[in-house]
Amino acid sequence: MMSILTDPVFAGFLSASVRLSMPILLAALGGVFAERSGVLNVGLEGMMLAGCFAGFMLTFLSGQLSVGLAAAMVVGGLVGLLLGCFAITLRANQVVVGIAINLLVAGTTAFLFRLAFRAGAETPRITPFKPLDFGPLADIPVLGPLLFSHDILTYAALGLVLLSWVVLCRSTIGLTVSAVGEHPVAATTLGLYVIRTRYLAVMASGVLAGLGGAFLSISATGLFLDNMTAGRGYIALAILILGRRHPVGIVAASLLFGAAEALQLRAQLMPTGVPLQALIVLPYALTLVVLAGFASRSGAPASLGQPLPRTGIR
Amino acid sequence: MTVRTAPGADALAFLRERLVAQNALSGLVALALAFGVGALLILSMGVNPIEACAVLFQASLGSTNGLAETAIRTVPLALAGIGIALSFRAGVFNVGAEGQIFIGGIATAFVGVQLAGAPSAIVLPAMAAAAMLAGAFWSSIAGVLKLRFGADELITTIMLNYVAIHFVSYLLHGPLQAPGSPLAQTERLARELRLPILVPTTRLHAGILLVILVTVAAQVWLWLSVGGFRLRSVGHNPRAARSAGINVTGVTLLAFVLCGALSGLAGFSEVAGVHRRMIENLSPGFGYTAIIVALLGRTSPLGVLMAATLFAALQIGSSTMESALGVPGALIAMIQALVVLFLIGQGALFTAIGHLLRRRTAPETQR
Repeated sequence: MMSILTDPVFAGFLSASVRLSMPILLAALGGVFAERSGVLNVGLEGMMLAGCFAGFMLTFLSGQLSVGLAAAMVVGGLVGLLLGCFAITLRANQVVVGIAINLLVAGTTAFLFRLAFRAGAETPRITPFKPLDFGPLADIPVLGPLLFSHDILTYAALGLVLLSWVVLCRSTIGLTVSAVGEHPVAATTLGLYVIRTRYLAVMASGVLAGLGGAFLSISATGLFLDNMTAGRGYIALAILILGRRHPVGIVAASLLFGAAEALQLRAQLMPTGVPLQALIVLPYALTLVVLAGFASRSGAPASLGQPLPRTGIR
Repeated sequence: MTVRTAPGADALAFLRERLVAQNALSGLVALALAFGVGALLILSMGVNPIEACAVLFQASLGSTNGLAETAIRTVPLALAGIGIALSFRAGVFNVGAEGQIFIGGIATAFVGVQLAGAPSAIVLPAMAAAAMLAGAFWSSIAGVLKLRFGADELITTIMLNYVAIHFVSYLLHGPLQAPGSPLAQTERLARELRLPILVPTTRLHAGILLVILVTVAAQVWLWLSVGGFRLRSVGHNPRAARSAGINVTGVTLLAFVLCGALSGLAGFSEVAGVHRRMIENLSPGFGYTAIIVALLGRTSPLGVLMAATLFAALQIGSSTMESALGVPGALIAMIQALVVLFLIGQGALFTAIGHLLRRRTAPETQR
């Protein structure tokens, strides 16, 4: 029984579960900010892809991972600003805007990637982040692979979860965001700045999702592919529901999805007899099950997805 | 709140109703703006945008073959686009056309291979029916998840797209792979089981007739039938529709079924008309482009057909533009998405201006 805990395959699975949950965790964390402020962020997928591309390109051009990282966050935030212009100021349908932004980013990244690297050339690569060396700590069964086998980005992400929890659940900023999301008119009466708060929340959402996307290119693989996020932004929307829009809740939900992805990657290498494609769809199928089981909209902010009223809002 | 409308606001409300919401003007403005951004991008690459545009449309509209290719590309965009448009009319955000096209395509090839040898007058309709049924079934999964469990169809249909594409990939690598073929594809359809070619020397197949038929039928149904009225009522206000005795659940499920059936039909026409077998890359994102087509066509079947034709021409010309001038074809995908953003931006802008004018001209009615 103890032997399985120290088995290298099992250790690899644990480590990969954490690593693979990071992109969706960060995107979902971004979603928490947007949705708590009352904006439905269907654009998470596009924000991730934008961050994924910007992170790769700027790392490739500058040779510095930190430059790529910063670019991913800035570009993600800018996509958030774009979503905010439509969803908040222009009061457009938030679902349609989100889908349009996702398609726009998919087209733009593909266009720019082809401009930068002509077809037929060698696939451009960068050197991704390397796992930190914790010495003997990494050899502790279970805890070693879970906690001490990752790159700096993973620890930064977990730090951001903690920070988000403090900001959203233990500070007046979080109360402001919630008030704005529950009842914008009442929030205005209280002297809160609804429009400003929503913009900041959506841009924070973009920064975090952009960082999550950058994980795929500059931490996990070191390359960029068209539509590399492959629906993870939409999975993050499901994680928001499963995690009840709470930073801690979405950590648990993201780990579940990370484990599903790690499991399918591991199973691909083993002679299980299960078709490859059945393994690949595991995270997507899990999302469907989660949505069917936990879809109740209870706990959603009252004004989520509603355009702001035209009067009585500041 | 009763707002006495001032003349200025009246005029704007009229503009909004007549020109923005109903006519194609806002679509044309959105197109012009999106093309403008595209032209700037081409210019920044050091290419003359007018030349790029000329090359593009010369390739897609300037020859019999180009026109035929544009018409061929119109077929899946229009069929899936009309399905999505009907969904949107019922208030259903079904973005699962991509997966439904794949499911329709594999059903077509399966029936075509299984029933090979039987009279084509029976098999060809059976293939189309199987594609529509399979697509409708796939779409209904999301419908049931929404109606029974309250699961958001936006996320479920996207997830089902990935599941469908990988499921089809499994079938093409396994049970349905053509015997002896190294490629992931089904057997070639027998000659009599392909859609007939309409214009000799081109690839234009009878699928375009199907599109015309579906467009007219959908337009008539949507605007002149009780069913279409119910669909629109549910989309406008489900609560009012329920009070009026309309079966909202049934109509919502119908919206899923229609979108799935029409997208499945798109898969049928791609397999039976273009590829003559099911392949792994049946659709390069037709289902997603069709969403934009549906929005640009103002979710009216006739409008969708026009938007589909335009986007088909852009897509067909883009590869020539890429090879002749080095402008990446992905530019077209950008322009397509920009069209939607400009479209919704404009509608919202007009509403906002109208509101501002109303407030300025009739201040005594506030509060």
